[in-house]
Amino acid sequence: MSAVVTARGVAKDFPSGDGTIRVLHGIDLSVRSGEMLLLVGPSGCGKTTLISILAGILSATEGAIEVLGQDVRHLTPSAAARFRRETVGFIFQQYNLLPSLTAAENAAIPLVIRGERLDRAARKARAVLDGLGMGAHADKLPKQLSGGQMQRVAIARALVHEPPFIVCDEPTAALDAASGHEAMRQLRESAVRPGRAVVVVTHDPRVYGFADRIARMEDGRIVELAEDAAAIRRMTEH
Amino acid sequence: MIRIALRMLTGDTAKYVGLIGGVAFAVMLMAQQASIFVGLMLRTAAQVIDVVDADLWVMDPRVIYVEEIEPLPESALWRVRGVAGVDWATPFFKGLTVARAPDGRLQQVFVLGVDDASLAGGPPVMLQGSVEDLRRPGAIVIDRVGALFIWPGEEPAPGKMLEMADRRATVVGIAEASAPFTTFPVIYTRYSEALRFAPPPRKPLSYILVRAQAGEDIDALAERITAETGLLALRWQDFAWRTIRYYLTRTGIPINFGITVALGFIVGAAVVGQTFMIFVLENLRQFGALKAMGVSNGTLLRMVLAQAGAVAAIGYGLGIGLAAVFFEVTGRTNVDLRGFFLPWWVAAIVAFAVVVIILVASVASIRKALTLDPAVVFK
Ligand SMILES: Nc1ncnc2c1ncn2[C@@H]1O[C@H](COP(=O)(O)OP(=O)(O)OP(=O)(O)O)[C@@H](O)[C@H]1O
Ligand SMILES: [Mg+2]
Repeated sequence: MSAVVTARGVAKDFPSGDGTIRVLHGIDLSVRSGEMLLLVGPSGCGKTTLISILAGILSATEGAIEVLGQDVRHLTPSAAARFRRETVGFIFQQYNLLPSLTAAENAAIPLVIRGERLDRAARKARAVLDGLGMGAHADKLPKQLSGGQMQRVAIARALVHEPPFIVCDEPTAALDAASGHEAMRQLRESAVRPGRAVVVVTHDPRVYGFADRIARMEDGRIVELAEDAAAIRRMTEH
Repeated sequence: MIRIALRMLTGDTAKYVGLIGGVAFAVMLMAQQASIFVGLMLRTAAQVIDVVDADLWVMDPRVIYVEEIEPLPESALWRVRGVAGVDWATPFFKGLTVARAPDGRLQQVFVLGVDDASLAGGPPVMLQGSVEDLRRPGAIVIDRVGALFIWPGEEPAPGKMLEMADRRATVVGIAEASAPFTTFPVIYTRYSEALRFAPPPRKPLSYILVRAQAGEDIDALAERITAETGLLALRWQDFAWRTIRYYLTRTGIPINFGITVALGFIVGAAVVGQTFMIFVLENLRQFGALKAMGVSNGTLLRMVLAQAGAVAAIGYGLGIGLAAVFFEVTGRTNVDLRGFFLPWWVAAIVAFAVVVIILVASVASIRKALTLDPAVVFK
């Protein structure tokens, strides 16, 4: 299977006091077309930093990152913004929905960012929400929705512009076990497609079963890669 | 994205109302204070402004404002009449005296004496009676609000009597006059009567009013009068401005009031700037999410400017409307605030101030959004 995302020798320093502190050390990772890769590991090990770099939000200090053949490390801020709006779908732990827009309008934002009119974009977003069983809630404001429903709006928002790369940072952390499980199931079902790579950062071993592969990090390094069902099961039981 | 920006603005009704209300309040404060200041300054020149039929005021060159009269000799009138291009020149008396109402109350009043023959320089607007009635012996026209001062609780009407310098005066008409700075009643009478009502100085002629012949260049005529008579000839606008400038530079009133106006602008600026900055900062996380999703800094800037523009426009419209309504209502119902209005150029200056303030507030707060690390959305 071909790789959508390739990272080679990625390192990241953050300024700290007078000097810098290295939080990622030579990460090698590829995310394949049609797979869902889980990124797990203890708090502070660098998961968020790594996906931020892969998604063009942070720039790496060292190494090479390619997404669909495009060099992501050396982008100007405006080129990085273009890369993000054209190539990446985002799902955040805190949903980050705009409180004054309806569910459909929130889900439509990536299309509006690409220049579509809000009402036309919202019509397309409505179809995506329908597919996630959210059709009845399309005209509600975020404050009228439950956490699980808000996360489904966020999933619709990540899918609406059909990006080849989707990153999710702890999508289930703010949800109870049942709705977290349901959100992962829907993400798995609707997001994973041939030609698309999905990376999910999670703490929650109960959702490991949704993964095609799992990369486990510790102290800024990938220390274990579970590549088949048996290895994933072993990691889950750990 | 502009649509989305405006929706962000209106999404939280309470905050939106607060934001618009803050701007409207500030605009009203600025417009109201500045207008009252302008109105007060115009009051100092009320009696210059009220003479509508003369092209020029002729006076002793030492006169620096309308109240400080340097009387002219009667011969000055003839010299002015002799200048080429003068259609007519009439005497104008301006003095202060004490009027005694029938109930014995005393009231300081302005006495304006207009030409016996032509009545030039008479009241600008007659509400009751006719200027022509001034020709009757002892006849006076009094301004409406002045009548209310002298006869409180009585409807101003002709037929009332006054005593000035132990002489009886009969009200034959009620006029609408601009409120003078001192708010004394304004009494119009003929020049010859005025000299009997008000203690005349040795030389009684206060000013000479001049009408230019048709087609005459007014400024050239003014220069000619000055050259030939040694007297100062001013258009009413210039004389009014000279008077206002006197109050601006020589009395503490404008300074103090100017400070109030300046404070109005500063408080207004603080309110507008603060509320808008708080709005942007509260929405920083939303801007961060949009930025992560690929909104460029240019678009972000346009979004904030659209929000600022909407807030400024709506707040300004509301505030300036309220200020206009304030003057409209108080001008009718409150005699002390009569004649105050919202000059268009005050409205324009306030508009400019609001644009500047909101731009500064936008720039100050947008910096936060532009330099925002989109990585905050993962926090
Ligand atoms: N902007 C920054 N400046 C300095 N240090 C940072 C910055 N962002 C992250 N770090 C540090 O980098 C390390 C990795 O942080 P990161 O957020 O990637 O961890 P994480 O694996 O996502 O943790 P968690 O599970 O708690 O979200 C941490 O030690 C963190 O303190
Ligand atoms: Mg994290």
